[in-house]
Amino acid sequence: MLVSLNWLQEYVDVSEYTPEELAEIITKTGIEVESVEPVAEEIKGVVVGYVRSCEQHPNADKLNLCQVEVGKETLQIVCGAHNVAQGQKVAVATPGAVLPGNFKIKKTKLRGEESNGMICSLQELGIDEKDVPKEFSDGIFVFPEDVKVGENAVSLLNLDDIIIELGLTPNRSDALSMAGVAYEVAAAIDGTYELAEEMVQTSDKRASNYLSVVVDDEEANPYYGAFVIENIHVGPSPLWMRNRLTAAGIRPINNVVDITNYVLMEYGQPLHAFDYDRFGSQTIVTRRAKDGEKITTLDDQERVLNADHLVITNGEKAHAIAGVMGGAESEVQTDTTTVILEAAYFSPTVVREASKNHGLRSESSTRFEKGVDPNRVERAGLRACELLSKYAGGTVLEGVVSHDNLDRSEKQVAVNINTINDRLGTKISNEDMSDIFRRLQFTYEQEGDVFDVSVPTRRGDIAIFEDMLEEVARIYGYDNLPYTLPEGASQAGGLTQNQELKRKVKSYFEGAGLYETITYSLTSEDKAQMLVSPEVAEKAVSPVSLAMPMSEDHGTLRLSMLPELLSSLSYNVARKQENLAYYEVGTVFISEEEQVTKQPEEVLRASGALTGEWVTHPWQQEKKPIDFFVAKGILEGLSQQLDLSFGYEKAKLDYMHPGRTAVVSVDDETVGFIGQVHPKLQKQLGLKETYVFDINLEVLFKKYQKEEKFQAIPRHPSVSRDIALVVDEEVTSGTIEKTIADAGDPLVKDVQVFDLYQGEHLDKGKKSLAFRLLYLDPVRTLKDQEVEEAHNRILNAVKEKHQAELRG
Amino acid sequence: MKERLEQLKQEALTKVEEADSVQGLKDVRVEYLGKKGPITEVLRGMGKLSKEERPVIGQLANDVRESIAKAIETKQTTLEDEALEKQLEEESIDVTLPGRPVQVGGPHLLTSIVEEIEDLFIGMGFEIKEGPEVETDYYNFEALNLPKGHPARDMQDSFYITEELLMRTHTSPVQARTMGTRNGKEPVKMICPGKVYRRDTDDATHSHQFTQIEGLLVDKNVRMSDLKGVLNAFAKQMFGEEREIRLRPSFFPFTEPSVEMDISCKVCGGAGCSVCKKTGWIEILGGGMVHPNVLEMAGYDPKEYSGFAFGMGPERIAMLKYGVDDIRHFYTNDIRFLEQYHKA
Ligand SMILES: [Zn+2]
Repeated sequence: MLVSLNWLQEYVDVSEYTPEELAEIITKTGIEVESVEPVAEEIKGVVVGYVRSCEQHPNADKLNLCQVEVGKETLQIVCGAHNVAQGQKVAVATPGAVLPGNFKIKKTKLRGEESNGMICSLQELGIDEKDVPKEFSDGIFVFPEDVKVGENAVSLLNLDDIIIELGLTPNRSDALSMAGVAYEVAAAIDGTYELAEEMVQTSDKRASNYLSVVVDDEEANPYYGAFVIENIHVGPSPLWMRNRLTAAGIRPINNVVDITNYVLMEYGQPLHAFDYDRFGSQTIVTRRAKDGEKITTLDDQERVLNADHLVITNGEKAHAIAGVMGGAESEVQTDTTTVILEAAYFSPTVVREASKNHGLRSESSTRFEKGVDPNRVERAGLRACELLSKYAGGTVLEGVVSHDNLDRSEKQVAVNINTINDRLGTKISNEDMSDIFRRLQFTYEQEGDVFDVSVPTRRGDIAIFEDMLEEVARIYGYDNLPYTLPEGASQAGGLTQNQELKRKVKSYFEGAGLYETITYSLTSEDKAQMLVSPEVAEKAVSPVSLAMPMSEDHGTLRLSMLPELLSSLSYNVARKQENLAYYEVGTVFISEEEQVTKQPEEVLRASGALTGEWVTHPWQQEKKPIDFFVAKGILEGLSQQLDLSFGYEKAKLDYMHPGRTAVVSVDDETVGFIGQVHPKLQKQLGLKETYVFDINLEVLFKKYQKEEKFQAIPRHPSVSRDIALVVDEEVTSGTIEKTIADAGDPLVKDVQVFDLYQGEHLDKGKKSLAFRLLYLDPVRTLKDQEVEEAHNRILNAVKEKHQAELRG
Repeated sequence: MKERLEQLKQEALTKVEEADSVQGLKDVRVEYLGKKGPITEVLRGMGKLSKEERPVIGQLANDVRESIAKAIETKQTTLEDEALEKQLEEESIDVTLPGRPVQVGGPHLLTSIVEEIEDLFIGMGFEIKEGPEVETDYYNFEALNLPKGHPARDMQDSFYITEELLMRTHTSPVQARTMGTRNGKEPVKMICPGKVYRRDTDDATHSHQFTQIEGLLVDKNVRMSDLKGVLNAFAKQMFGEEREIRLRPSFFPFTEPSVEMDISCKVCGGAGCSVCKKTGWIEILGGGMVHPNVLEMAGYDPKEYSGFAFGMGPERIAMLKYGVDDIRHFYTNDIRFLEQYHKA
């Protein structure tokens, strides 16, 4: 809502505040002021001039040579505007004048002729193109005849005004009018304001003899009032009105339209004017539209209606979509002489539906949608009648033809001052309270500590005690509330075990060299189904998609974070950032339904994506590209953090390298996977060798047992033995390790691979794996013989299970 | 013999002095102190001496041996020190060469901010609650005093999946869910951080996905001044003791009265600048007293219980605190962005 301070000043005296001070007060009492801006930049030296003569420039076809009287002197001015003419009163920038943009006007010669100033267009005076009346949009501005020559054009055009822009929250539609703003400002600064009484002179003729009104759906249209005004002369509206409309951001059109718009801005009540002679009947019938009914609206669009929409008809044909837009057929035109002026109350939901369906949000529809003041509907009509008779030559017929079922009663809200003080933490007295209601112009009856307040209908947002609590608080001043701390029983705040574990996992990854990333949960349908961990894929019947996505890229909920993580890698690699180690902890969305009806299961997972060099230390010739085992080392570290043991089993998964991928499990339950991205996908993404992992954190957290007890540090020495085994190539290190651990139980505490060899010293198809075994009994020193026995057991077991030979 | 011993001593000491290596010293030791050395020789010839002379010469021979041995030992230490010094000299390195880099990572800026806020409120006795990102229309809107068709639903244009399911537009449903578990009796003191989604086109200031942290306290006798006190304590800890806060009226469907909180602009100190749009204040969060309809739907009697709620956007806080100029930076994961913020 744009508020002209010159206009406001006419209602409430705000002269003792600077615009900034006023803005601060309004903001602090309840409506945020978003900006304070002058209508135009500072202008100097522009006055009203009278064009005595206007002839063609002797040396230029498109220029005019004008003699312009500006007070005492007459200036010769060369003017290029096509609409300049003898006898006009125009805005003249005299030599020495300054226009917006610090444009200085000097005496000059144009094509050999002296030009002592400039005749200005409104744009040149700083008015926004869109607010300039159409007739002046590509030429100079012409004043009405009654202005005085030599007068200051800046104040005549209201260019010295300041506009404050209010950012209205949806509840404060009462401030969508100058009257509403005036009530608000008066309360804020403790000033006075009351909406002035309308003064209408009517003729002897009765409107009811010219028109009748029938309302079909009282719920959608509780009040419909029609005034009839004869002898209208359509023409420009007075300058002051045009100025105010311009200040409010509305383009002036003609007096009839401008007056309805002016009253809209002044009262907050939308009005509509029909051409009586083009209406096609003497009966107004408002009803629900028929399915498929058509209307051509003012913007020359044919619109198809249905029963959700309310229409204003002549009994047969729709002439307006109620509260949204009028029809083209009965539009007021330059030859219009008799006007039907509509002042109505349309139900907010009906107007909302229509404006939404037709994509027509206007100053009118927004006000109806929020609910207009029932006590101002008819008054707004009267105000427009008053202005039409004053500024459009209209004769107002006696009476309003109406159908009226509108509730105009005031709501009662009872407030107990003790409850107010309890809720606010204040000590407001009865006197302070009375004073607050006086400023708000709310009447009340007081009985002891209870105020029974009548809420003016303009404040449709106030219905319950808490609403009144806010009114009291904001006038009392949020600044004046004390600072206290809650007095309830204190509870110890803290993290749950899972929240703690989540933090632990994140800081582990970061310590391990990975950066945390956050990617979008909504991805494309294709990406949503890529790189999904097998246990997730098995469960998720189909990915969950939005009903109406804004873009294909963000239309489906992810089943894996990896596709978006890989996109992040691509983004960086494309920018020459090639060594990357990323992780993300976030949820994926699993629905077990074909057609989603229930909330999907949201599972917390951790994903990682790594590419490029892991260690680069060039001058010592140290360089280590990221490989499977770098990624695996990170997962192994994670398992140690959580005191769990992960199993790895080679697997073939879509989009993954068939020879370098493993499914990860805990206690034989699949929890994720790890491996190299399939080279085809790598290429597609512009990535070099890239390794990823994805793991279910929730399962890990469930299995995690917090070790509360201290574990004794063994006092007895351990014994370490190395064995090198020759086995077939296909036998995996992991299976041998398991055999060793099983056979060596309970003495073998740790098995570590320390060498892998394949090559000329071995038969083809064979490999040698060397293990270091750690024997330990925490409570006693092991005897050589015991170790020897266990060791032999192990050798037998590996020989039997894997045909492993000791390497000589 | 005496002369002979003195002479040997002088000879040996000179040789020790002249020796320039450990091996050279060894040779001197063998030559003079060895079993076949001249001193042993001298001692062997002692039989020819008189009884009186014998102990004198014996003593002298021992003294000579000892002083030679001592000289060798001293020289040895000197030579060893010299050798070590030389070796260390050779081991000298260019200490200005770069060290071997340690692989480091770090948290996302949003996580740092969320955890900082979490920790501040944990310190004030709040617990952290989480909830689903795909919500029901009931918890996302209806339970928060936003029935179907409510105009304020337009403030939060949303991504629907079905008529009843949508991407949550705020983390408030977590509050509604938590209140619902308390049988209308036990107090609630919680904050809920998380991802939220709105139907916005991504640009420098809008993101279809962003982060929110909301807080809620419901108990008997909760006052609006408590909200002011808690938010004040939070703002001073988060943004600095010197920052002023102000509350001003606002509107949210789930609170009444509603507030917006501004903090004084750090850039201009309240005088007005481009960062604060010349107002001297920067909007940081919204909140208010929990609407009685919300309490009632969660099973609390609004006559007996009251509460406050507030919510803020970590992206906005990060943008203000660190001057991040484009919200998309938080989701692009440019390494040059991620690297910047883990050092603090
Ligand atoms: Zn500032």
